[in-house]
Amino acid sequence: MATLRTRSAARLMMTPAVLTLFVWMIVPLAMTLYFSLLRYNLLMPGMEEWAGTLNYRYFLTDPAFGAALVNTLLLVGGVLLITIVGGTLLALLLDQPFFGQGIVRLLVIAPFFVMPTVSALVWKNMLMHPVYGIFAWIARLFGLQPVDWLANLPLFSVTMIVAWQWLPFATLILLTALQSLDEEQKEAAEMDGAGPISRFIYIVLPHLARAMTVVVLIETIFLLSVFAEILVTTNGGPGYESTNITYLVYAQALLQFDVGGASAGGIVAVILANIVAIFLIRLIGKNLEA
Amino acid sequence: MGSITLEKVSKSFGTTNVIPEIDLEIADGEFVVFVGPSGCGKSTLLRIIAGLEDVTSGTIRIDGTDATHEAPAKRGLSMVFQSYALYPHMSVYGNIAFPLKMAGEDKSAIDDKVRSAARVLNLTDYLDRKPRQLSGGQRQRVAIGRAIVRQPKAFLFDEPLSNLDAALRVNMRLEISELHHQLKTTMIYVTHDQVEAMTMADKIVVLNAGRIEQVGSPLELYRNPKNLFVAGFIGSPKMNLIDGAAAAREKAATIGVRPEHIVLSKTEGPWQGKVTVVEHLGADTFVHVDVDGVGSVTARAPGEFPVKHGERVFLTPEAEKLYRFAENGEAL
Amino acid sequence: MARAITTRRKVTFTIIGWLVGFVIFFPILWTILTSFKTEGEAIASPPHFLFFDWTLQSYFDVQSRSNYFKHVMNSVVISFGSTLIGLAIAIPAAWAMAFSPTKRTKDVLMWMLSTKMLPPVGVLVPIYLLFRDWGLLDTRLGLVIVLTMINLPIIVWMLYTYFKEIPGEILEASRMDGASLAKEIIYVLTPMAVPGIASTLLLNIILAWNEAFWTLNLSAANAAPLTAFIASYSSPEGLFWAKLSAASTLAIAPILILGWFSQRQLVRGLTFGAVK
Ligand SMILES: Nc1ncnc2c1ncn2[C@@H]1O[C@H](COP(=O)(O)OP(=O)(O)OP(=O)(O)O)[C@@H](O)[C@H]1O
Ligand SMILES: [Mg+2]
Repeated sequence: MATLRTRSAARLMMTPAVLTLFVWMIVPLAMTLYFSLLRYNLLMPGMEEWAGTLNYRYFLTDPAFGAALVNTLLLVGGVLLITIVGGTLLALLLDQPFFGQGIVRLLVIAPFFVMPTVSALVWKNMLMHPVYGIFAWIARLFGLQPVDWLANLPLFSVTMIVAWQWLPFATLILLTALQSLDEEQKEAAEMDGAGPISRFIYIVLPHLARAMTVVVLIETIFLLSVFAEILVTTNGGPGYESTNITYLVYAQALLQFDVGGASAGGIVAVILANIVAIFLIRLIGKNLEA
Repeated sequence: MGSITLEKVSKSFGTTNVIPEIDLEIADGEFVVFVGPSGCGKSTLLRIIAGLEDVTSGTIRIDGTDATHEAPAKRGLSMVFQSYALYPHMSVYGNIAFPLKMAGEDKSAIDDKVRSAARVLNLTDYLDRKPRQLSGGQRQRVAIGRAIVRQPKAFLFDEPLSNLDAALRVNMRLEISELHHQLKTTMIYVTHDQVEAMTMADKIVVLNAGRIEQVGSPLELYRNPKNLFVAGFIGSPKMNLIDGAAAAREKAATIGVRPEHIVLSKTEGPWQGKVTVVEHLGADTFVHVDVDGVGSVTARAPGEFPVKHGERVFLTPEAEKLYRFAENGEAL
Repeated sequence: MARAITTRRKVTFTIIGWLVGFVIFFPILWTILTSFKTEGEAIASPPHFLFFDWTLQSYFDVQSRSNYFKHVMNSVVISFGSTLIGLAIAIPAAWAMAFSPTKRTKDVLMWMLSTKMLPPVGVLVPIYLLFRDWGLLDTRLGLVIVLTMINLPIIVWMLYTYFKEIPGEILEASRMDGASLAKEIIYVLTPMAVPGIASTLLLNIILAWNEAFWTLNLSAANAAPLTAFIASYSSPEGLFWAKLSAASTLAIAPILILGWFSQRQLVRGLTFGAVK
């Protein structure tokens, strides 16, 4: 497989991909780092000056940052909790034989293919609207006072919307993992006298652990960057109640034109994401060897 | 024509040296078999000859001309892989035609050659099938068909029979030998099965840890193994190798005697011991004996030999068929 | 292996299964239904589920009011363009990594993966400024470039895992049979890899079609694909549910169908081969 000829051809063929990705990653990142050390506002062009760590101090001590950090963690944690628990249950359900299983499976995974702006708007208007929404109608059906979801429970509402979008992902992966479980292993456990519950705890759950880890890590990567759902539903408000780090940086950059501050925020986001990424990379890397 | 010469060829993967410098001559039309235990570098050597791996140093000559840095396609050799490596998306016809198509031959010439190869290999009825619709033996024949249509200077086989069941293996072994008689093309055949080596080869190259231990015809290796390794590797069941006092009596570090060179008797002989296992094969009987003061010895009696586990028997090694080895393993 | 499953059990699961499926699918179903209503019906309370005057009016309105078709074309150009360019760059790279691996191959793959984990806000500011200076803001070209780079790691990874499954011996056989590198790729590798390449293509079109960070931030009236166009319905004056639903239905329908076809590959692509 490996002669000098094939090796040099291989190197040549990898170059475009490696080079473009490298440039794509390193140039903007270096610029962000540089900007983050400047006092730089687009409304005051030509006034850039060295600011040292001022932007970082400013960004990190801003109460909005604290709120955004907490919101980010709540959003990520909430969605993870819902999708892992819900996804496991759904996967177990879809693993059972029943009539129309294939169709139900399609219905369940459908939300994943809905673009974020559509799902956010549909939920915002047609489901969560305090007067005309389906939820309001259901509440009234039971004689309850309809909730103004996005005004009163903004972060919770955004969490619901995002969880709806990611539930299919978790379900699909856990279902795939579930179906790769060796049937004989389950039968052996049954022969050994394990009931359905202990079979689930001792055989199925450990088998799913890896897939769950993958789901957690990959979802985390994407959930740290939730943006469109917030933009079209709450605009981060009221106040900072539904602002996450991504949205905060966006607001700083493109609404307040504070390039320096936004860049500092961007770097903070990169650092946060890297903490997760390190774990994910390790996990996938280990798999590569197997 | 198809003579192949390796001069001081060596191969390292990174820092691990898999093949130290070796020299080897393969004459035109010869059937050469590389044998050796797993991991000894047989495949690597074959792939070096094929051009699928670079040499680390040394020269490869094909028909006298230096081919060390030629691309595999230019060397004019054909290879049959252990996994057959058939193109799954092409029919049998397409597979056999592929090398001709690559050589730019015209359609009607390709058609003639493919059909005649198919006839030789009994594949005519399967030309339209895809490889996955064939049995193991048929796939093997397609792989061979693909190799012969180009009329290469030499064929390279890398354990081509190891994926087949025992009966089919014997069959294909005969077919390949037959093919060699018909084509008279040089063949290099890699196997770790010494029976294949003994039955097919004109010349056997015994490899061990990348080194050539001995080169010779099957019977030369059987009669005059140069060292312990070759002695233990060639012959089935394996030669009994005995050290200790019994060897010292013969003034050697180790002595060897083949199971077929031991006469079994129920009444007399210089060695005696207790039977541990008897294998009745019908034509032969293999008797494993725990000989007093010598250790475990296997003897082969022609025909049926009525003996049971636990009985005592006597063994007489034929004196003139005794091999003596020095401390360093070399034959004395 | 499989034992007889009691009918009762099967019926129970059928009911639960369909109920759960209906609830999860409801927002999409509701969008589709609403798209066939008039604006008045759309906000009727209590809601009208099936018995209303079905009309296609909203679909016509969406096109005539806002040149909807232009945004569809933007989405098509951006998602197909970025995916095809990505494939053109990634196929040779994945070929090299799968069939001529070196000690560094694994590191390169992991590094590519790590670029995917860079949060977009980390590079939003410079990309925005560079695009502004180069006149790439609100252009299809700009979005194609960004989405190509965003999805390139996934494309390389997916192709790599597919190529890995092709035995190297087959490619070596073609080399022995006299095929040049180009012929080896055209006649042997590509036909064998077609299913893998097709699934990669599919998944990446889906991802690019739905990408909503860069498209929202880097496009305006001209190059806005459907994600950004539909976001414009979020303003209070955009409160026309039937039209929103019609635009949404059109935007999600093609991708939903593609997605349904590619559900298997989805798992593999999105987990970088960690779950198959
Ligand atoms: N690409 C490679 N990189 C590093 N080491 C290798 C490589 N290919 C082979 N080796 C090593 O070279 C040695 C010889 O391998 P080779 O495949 O030639 O053995 P073999 O004699 O064909 O064995 P087998 O009978 O099992 O096929 C082995 O120890 C193997 O681990
Ligand atoms: Mg081998």
